Amino acid sequence: MARLPTASSGGPSRRDVLAAGLASLSAGCLPRRDPGLGHIRGEILGPSDGRGHSLRDGGEGLRGRAIAEQERVDVAILGGGVAGLSAAWRLSRAGLDHFRVLELEDELGGTSRPGENHVTTYPWGAHYLPVPSRNLDALCELLRELDILRGFDAGGRALCREETLCRAPQERVFFKGRWYEGLYLRVGASAEDQRQFERFHDEVSRWVKAVSSDGRRAFSLPRAHSAPEVAAELDQLTMATYLDRLGLSSWRLRWYVDYACRDDFGLRATQCSAWAGMHYFAARLLHGDDSPPEVLTWPEGNGYLVRRLAQHVGDESASRRGRLRPRSLVVDVRALPNAGPGADTVEVLYLDLSQDPDPRKAPLCSLRARRAIWALPAFLRRHVLADYRQRPDSVPAWLQQFTYAPWLVANLTLRRAHAAPVAAAPVSVSARGAGFPPCWDNVLIESPSLGYVVATHQREAPIVPRSQGGDGQPRTVWTYYLPLSDGDPKDERARLLKLSWADARDRVLADLGRAEPTVRRDTERIDFFRWGHGMVRPVPGLLTGAALAQAALPRGGVHFAHSDLSGMALFEEAHHAGVRAAEEVLTALDASFEPWA
Amino acid sequence: MPKNAQPLEGVRDSVSPSDADPEQPAGNVRPPADSASALQSESGALPDDAAAPSAAPSYRRRRQMQVPLLFLSVFIIATCGLGYELIAGTVASYLLGDSVTQFSTAIGLYLFALGIGAYLSRFFDREDELTTRFIDIELAVALLGGFAAAILMLTFAHAAWFRPVLYSVIVATGTLVGLEVPLLLRILRRSMEFKELVARVLTVDYVGSLAASLLFPLLLVPRLGLVRTSLLFGLLNAAVGLWGTFLLRDSLRRVVALRLRCLLVLGALLAGFAFADHITSLAEDGLYADDVILSRNSPYQRIVITRGKSSFQLFLNGNLQFSSADEYRYHEALVHPAMLKAQRQQGRAPQRVLILGGGDGLAARELLRYGSIDEITMIDLDPVMTELARTFPLLKEQNNASLSSTKVHVHNADAMQWLEEHARKRDPRRWDVAVIDFPDPSSFAVGKLYTTHFYRLLRGALAPGGTAVVQSTSPLFARRSFWCIVRTLEEGGFFAYPYHAFVPSFGEWGYVLAVPRPTGLAAAGQTQPLLDFPSASLPPGLRYIDDAMLRALFVLSPDMRRPTREAGEASDDSELVPNRLNNQILVSYYEREWKRWN
Repeated sequence: MARLPTASSGGPSRRDVLAAGLASLSAGCLPRRDPGLGHIRGEILGPSDGRGHSLRDGGEGLRGRAIAEQERVDVAILGGGVAGLSAAWRLSRAGLDHFRVLELEDELGGTSRPGENHVTTYPWGAHYLPVPSRNLDALCELLRELDILRGFDAGGRALCREETLCRAPQERVFFKGRWYEGLYLRVGASAEDQRQFERFHDEVSRWVKAVSSDGRRAFSLPRAHSAPEVAAELDQLTMATYLDRLGLSSWRLRWYVDYACRDDFGLRATQCSAWAGMHYFAARLLHGDDSPPEVLTWPEGNGYLVRRLAQHVGDESASRRGRLRPRSLVVDVRALPNAGPGADTVEVLYLDLSQDPDPRKAPLCSLRARRAIWALPAFLRRHVLADYRQRPDSVPAWLQQFTYAPWLVANLTLRRAHAAPVAAAPVSVSARGAGFPPCWDNVLIESPSLGYVVATHQREAPIVPRSQGGDGQPRTVWTYYLPLSDGDPKDERARLLKLSWADARDRVLADLGRAEPTVRRDTERIDFFRWGHGMVRPVPGLLTGAALAQAALPRGGVHFAHSDLSGMALFEEAHHAGVRAAEEVLTALDASFEPWA
Repeated sequence: MPKNAQPLEGVRDSVSPSDADPEQPAGNVRPPADSASALQSESGALPDDAAAPSAAPSYRRRRQMQVPLLFLSVFIIATCGLGYELIAGTVASYLLGDSVTQFSTAIGLYLFALGIGAYLSRFFDREDELTTRFIDIELAVALLGGFAAAILMLTFAHAAWFRPVLYSVIVATGTLVGLEVPLLLRILRRSMEFKELVARVLTVDYVGSLAASLLFPLLLVPRLGLVRTSLLFGLLNAAVGLWGTFLLRDSLRRVVALRLRCLLVLGALLAGFAFADHITSLAEDGLYADDVILSRNSPYQRIVITRGKSSFQLFLNGNLQFSSADEYRYHEALVHPAMLKAQRQQGRAPQRVLILGGGDGLAARELLRYGSIDEITMIDLDPVMTELARTFPLLKEQNNASLSSTKVHVHNADAMQWLEEHARKRDPRRWDVAVIDFPDPSSFAVGKLYTTHFYRLLRGALAPGGTAVVQSTSPLFARRSFWCIVRTLEEGGFFAYPYHAFVPSFGEWGYVLAVPRPTGLAAAGQTQPLLDFPSASLPPGLRYIDDAMLRALFVLSPDMRRPTREAGEASDDSELVPNRLNNQILVSYYEREWKRWN
């Protein structure tokens, strides 16, 4: 089998060329538009970068207008993603319901936001959650509350309802014209490949077992429970350098590791901290148990958890007067003069875009709170926190360490069935056609993308017969993920925002078309989300440096909660951060509660 | 079937005094307005007075050269004529079943139509147009007969239309073919004397019939399939027509236009021949031992029905679902043990039955033997399958029109989603018996219907004391798969009673009778009760199951019993893992086991 050049070995491959093509998204030198795609509809749906950018570009005019409405609450939660909703949930579980969640977008969820069309619900971002280990108390509690987790087995493994676990078959990879089961390409592996794979596996096992002198694991979830000093040297390396040092050059192993870095962090192995890379492999394994946990997933991905969380913490869900306030652009957070114990400490100014979607015209509202929870990414602080805004020189240097990977996410609606035919021939599973049958996660080896996830895997979309106004054809939705990880994130982000719908469509179909020859014909619709700041980037130095700890310290009446405080954009981290910040607030407000975080 | 009913009405006119003179050309009685001239095309002169002795030698010589060619045409026409007859008979008996009735009806109707054609031939009065008409009729036969099989194949699935279309095609083709020989006789009558003419035409006709009846089953249908065979006969007819424009050109009007028509018809038939695969799925014929008489693509599967000598078979995506010859064994074994077990447990005859899968309607047929049943709810994914089972004559006959019964309610839905909805909506309906008749777990899409999750949902749909039965692939060929299903049912909260039946088309086949295990305190330490059935409760008319057989079904030979580590069997993986949504282990067991046999 031909060797595929990897990042460290040799000249450009087809993959690199493709990657370069995708990296130069809309760079002005695009190939001619693909003809014959006129039947495909779609648009760029979000997120609402215009609203967000008005923060950066709108100047003080956004804050200068008269305050139209005033309100006071116990806690103002800024950001309605997983961290913000988890904070709200934690407050709510402690009996504190007098809070507001302010969210810029029309829909809650942040990068776990769900989407929906006439076929199915589908994810716009995060799409699964590994079954948590027992030490994630708060997360286990949430899953128990949502009737997903039923208990623990003797080995401490969480037992979840069968229908919430990702169904088999879960993963396959496409390589040179065929699909193969699993994510690591075993077919054609040489003895040396196998040896290196085992060597890497041993290295992971070593770190699974590694503990600090006080018994903390070297790699744990949440990151805050890890003992970073045990493997501190890994945070000085990139994952690629680390593999080099281990003498691991097998291309298929390196592809696998690179895929893992792109999948979890939006970074190449050549950019990603080895600490983060090893965390991916080691943190979720329990000592003495080699098999990684099952994953929980739903057609709308983690959007399911977002919706359930919102149901549990919301009142008149998402109404203008409710606890959950989408379409609220937070423009200012300022400390109030200390008026003694129990008084409001923070004032939050936000534009109510539900009354007017134009930030220049929307009414400015004031929310005074005893405490605020900042559940927004760290890079927004200098645009919103009053003291940083008024004195740019006071913005600390460590804030610059938070950088974010841009992502393009596409949802394709296709006129085709997801699964193999109902009564496929007996040997269909492995021996027919293009190889292993469609899975939940379908990954392309020679591609800069991560491939696609199938929304109808957990629950088939019903076929609407002609008699009921349908056309009797099966349909499915694929979510295609492309981390833009090749260049500087700022440049990549600029390119991403210039990307037109038609360019994006052509790129996605060209990429998928290699593995799915009929995708051009079957696709009816492609919609896009351009996540400019999709994931915090765990580059070397971030995870064991001072920035994370600094960024998590409360300032004035503001407590901080976001997955970026862990340096890794994981659901567990976002949830943990939200719960932790909520518990800080509960402590500050002298509420009685049993800590989970 | 010989065309011995070929009437000779058209010949009657040609009987003339000159018949007595063997040396006289037949055409000497009347001025040969048209036909005989063809035999003299070389001379360019019409034998206005054919009786002239001087003309006789050259005439005879030419006739000797060309008459064989004309008789070759007769031979071809005869072959084709019988070919259409065979096609009509074959298609009718394939599609409607009951081959004796269908073949007799089709042949009888066809012969009768030949008579109509023969009778109508007398209305072709204008002798000068006789040749032109003959060629037109050849073309019409070529088109109608040539596309007959294709037309019938395309309409047969729509049962309401099929019979009228079938009989119309038979009558129309027969009528046109019936016109051929009388007209040909009239065309030829002047070139030879009557007794020779009749003798030769009929001889060639019967020889052609023999050729057709041998070629049809031995060479043409096996090689080309019905649709292409039919088109081939059409091509031959059209070729005769085209050839006729040369052989008989001097008696023709507007020869160029006529030849153009011939070419058009030939072109259409050739195109049909080339695209026959698109008309039906003839390409599939090679996959099946018997002839494919129906193939439909539904959104979910490819449904194929084949017909052999005495039975027909249903295939889904190439997998045999039943053979009409022995499906009674399979379905009696599927349905009756569960019915009796439910009766024993509930102390009354079951009234409400749920069928999951079973879209062929055959399990429903068995259930309808019980007068106690008021309602059967069937959940089958594929509306195309249930519609065929309701309307396609062969299937409808086989399932005794069970899906048209007012007691049977068919819902086309995914059984798992339907059960999930049932649970989610807290639907109060419960069923006394559930018959689970899905295809084998050969793909993940079907494998999910054999999971612990599915069986837990199923348990929730059963009435107190209710019973389920699951078709469970072969305990002999796929022993591990079979016991995995048993294990999964146990994990899903059932007492499982595995059993088997011998179905010649399938071999040893397996089922699991499943009774919900009581939950709560009563369940603590409860062991699986012994199986017992009420006696003398089976409905009449069964061919496979009786009281003795009922008990025998549950006796498994050692080579089909649960694999154990002690026995050293299945050493690779002796601990059976229940099939769950997130492992679908059954699909891999199944694939591994059946690979050995394929």
